[in-house]
Amino acid sequence: MHITQGQFSFLPVLTDAEIRLQIDYAISKGWAVSIEWTDDPHPRNVYWNMWEIPMFEIKDSGAVLLALTACRKACPNAYIKINAFDNTRGVESMTMSFIVNRPTMEPGFRLVRQEGEGRTIRYTTISFSAEMPPGNLCHK
Amino acid sequence: MSQINTQINQTVDLHQILRDANITEVLEQLDLDLVGLAPVKQRIKEIAAFLVVSRARLQLGIESAQPNLHMCFTGNPGTGKTTVAMRMAEMLYRLGYIRKNSVVSVTRDDLVGQYIGHTAPKTKEVLKKAMGGVLFIDEAYYLYRPENERDYGQEAIEILLQVMENNRDDLVVILAGYKDRMDTFFQSNPGMSSRIAHHIDFPDYTTAELLDIATKMVGNMHYQLEEKAFAAMRDYIALRQAQPHFANARSIRNALDRARLRHANRVFDMASEQNVNASITDLSTITEADIHASRVFNQVKKG
Repeated sequence: MHITQGQFSFLPVLTDAEIRLQIDYAISKGWAVSIEWTDDPHPRNVYWNMWEIPMFEIKDSGAVLLALTACRKACPNAYIKINAFDNTRGVESMTMSFIVNRPTMEPGFRLVRQEGEGRTIRYTTISFSAEMPPGNLCHK
Repeated sequence: MSQINTQINQTVDLHQILRDANITEVLEQLDLDLVGLAPVKQRIKEIAAFLVVSRARLQLGIESAQPNLHMCFTGNPGTGKTTVAMRMAEMLYRLGYIRKNSVVSVTRDDLVGQYIGHTAPKTKEVLKKAMGGVLFIDEAYYLYRPENERDYGQEAIEILLQVMENNRDDLVVILAGYKDRMDTFFQSNPGMSSRIAHHIDFPDYTTAELLDIATKMVGNMHYQLEEKAFAAMRDYIALRQAQPHFANARSIRNALDRARLRHANRVFDMASEQNVNASITDLSTITEADIHASRVFNQVKKG
């Protein structure tokens, strides 16, 4: 299941050249680019792992791609996203976020229906990958 | 068949590339600003020609890979290695081989860490900052310390090598240092030597060239040397050259800085003792006495 979250997720997978252009744009706006990865792509999972520290003083996309290559090498089977952070006073939030790496097989989600009082039903989504053995995890 | 023919008939205007990149201007500026260094200038012209041709080949589609541009500048201190590196960055930038006209200048301390696990992040941080431009590593031979086999320098070299090989289109590395020490460095790190395409040796300046440099420096500082001071400067250079720790143009600049100090002192004394106003000529003329007060002359007298 091709998960769709963040920017460009309904488009075909971005090539490295396209990723570079997006990073160039973020840098030209003065945003700090960072890389994060996770095994659990649940839409409510906001805590992805940081790959190295956010690149606040980096002025060239080559540096980000260098880090991305390293991250992909270490976690080939994880979700990796690139974020851009705008530190302008009053904004101070993420302005861009898009997935740049996916597992070869995306396990997707399972829906759990809990029958409550009366005829109430509570729905929970659980990502399959969160239940998989840790061998699937990135080795860093 | 017809496709091949059109390819063969395609031409590229080299002059257009030269004009677009304003390379001639950079080369002329280099010629004008740097005294002597004829072999270095010759090599840079060759490299410039190579880059222009390589750009043309790229336009015609006969060349696809980025040429190896890593360089090594060897020479004694004060022979203009850093200055040439700046010019080189400008040239590479104008020809589109690097994305920004920047030189990040580092030494061993910026690359090598203090404890286990410190070096890799430190080196990577520097590399990231230099990406898209030129990384200038001054006194690069200090990275390798053969007397200590646990030295972290080796780790920095390995990371550096990897990036030099895999990210050629992102980063140009220029190593600099004394000739003999760099030679030893390359002997013990053959991987580094083979990844460097251009080795440029900076010769020492002759006395006449140094005098030329001194005149230029004085002019840039908006001072002038009076005629006797000029002769004194020539003597000074000849004496200083023979002494140890002579750092070519840098020594000359230091000598001139000290002469300016003595000049200021002299003008100040003159103004307060004689109670006169200093004229523009007073304020901008370095005299024989200012230069002759140097300890270089004293040592000769003692000896």
